[in-house]
Amino acid sequence: MAKRENPTKESGARNSQEAELLRGEATSELLRELVAHLRQNRTQLREEWVVRISETRLLTAMTKEEIFAEATSVYDSYVEALETETFEALQAYARNLSERIIPRGVETHEVVGIVLLLRDVLARSLFAKYQTDFKKLNRILDAYEPAANRIANTVAVGFVQERERVIRQQQEAIRELSTPVLQVRERLLILPIIGVIDPQRARQLTEQLLRGIRTNRAKVVVIDITGVAAMDVTVANHLVQTVEASRLLGATVIVTGLSPEIAQTLVTIGVDLGKMNTVGDLQGGIEQAERLLGYKVVTLAEPR
Amino acid sequence: MEVPILKQGDVLIATFQAALSDADLNQLRRGLVLQVVKHRSRGVIVDVTAMDVMDSFASRTLREIAHMIRLRGAETVIVGIQPEVAFAMVQLGLTLEDVATALDLEEGLSYLIEKFKNVD
Repeated sequence: MAKRENPTKESGARNSQEAELLRGEATSELLRELVAHLRQNRTQLREEWVVRISETRLLTAMTKEEIFAEATSVYDSYVEALETETFEALQAYARNLSERIIPRGVETHEVVGIVLLLRDVLARSLFAKYQTDFKKLNRILDAYEPAANRIANTVAVGFVQERERVIRQQQEAIRELSTPVLQVRERLLILPIIGVIDPQRARQLTEQLLRGIRTNRAKVVVIDITGVAAMDVTVANHLVQTVEASRLLGATVIVTGLSPEIAQTLVTIGVDLGKMNTVGDLQGGIEQAERLLGYKVVTLAEPR
Repeated sequence: MEVPILKQGDVLIATFQAALSDADLNQLRRGLVLQVVKHRSRGVIVDVTAMDVMDSFASRTLREIAHMIRLRGAETVIVGIQPEVAFAMVQLGLTLEDVATALDLEEGLSYLIEKFKNVD
């Protein structure tokens, strides 16, 4: 009994391995047939797709010519991915495409939408071609569907990744814009801070200021926080650190424009106010800075 | 590694090279004070431009150097702390608070000359 069972099991295992191999070959064979069909009918299928795109009112930010040009590239990349069963080229193309169309205001749902439309257009053409041979149609779809889904996925992910990259870049740009370090006199810098300071912005502020002190050889810095409504303990500590780090570079810091709330915060956290040079408003701060630097402002004549 | 100490009139200038060991710092502390005594210097500039990191030992040694030199009636200025180093220092709480600092050699010399004038 035992002797007879084992050979069956072994051959069963061998059979399923062979079956797997045969299936693999068959799939590649089918994909080749599929790709040939898609290439032969390229013009017609692409046209159908472009029509569907405008019917569903996608890519409204782009002109007809642009849609046609991109549709051609996408179609060809799609077919190539099906043919080679590799997706790196497609991924690279997707990112490249995204870089072009994101500034045009194209949204994620549009990109996913058109790729799915193409999938549908191609699937329908397969139904039409193999309608007389149901079994073959099934086998072809077995080969087509996983690849088509992977393609849709790849393009969507590529697009989203590019969007995230752009968002990060823009956030960085906004942060830099919002903390300008300005030289108003020789050796005098002003850092007007407006809005919300979170720990990350505070850190960025400090780095920018220290670089500015070195570049401009500043001896006095006026940090104006009139435009800052509130400050939590972490940020208040950052401010104190900024003052101390500036001193290490030989610059005196005058902080101006502290609101009553912020004054309260500073007192509560026990900031050593001896270390902090503060003046009521920006005007007062600049005047004191000028005194420290040995400037004197005099009126020469009546203002015109 | 020895720290070169140059004399410029009433001022001594000690220039740090990149990485100083604890032993080097100790040697500097001894050597610098001896030089102040020998030349009757009125001011010392310690140039740390080449230092890319400042740990608590270095920071403490610099403060000790400044205190010792002050006991000899001379003033110390630390110059050339890099922005990244300054930032790291304040985060660690190493503020060098009772030691004068300036942006660079030029500023350090200006500071000392001003100081000498006031004393005179």
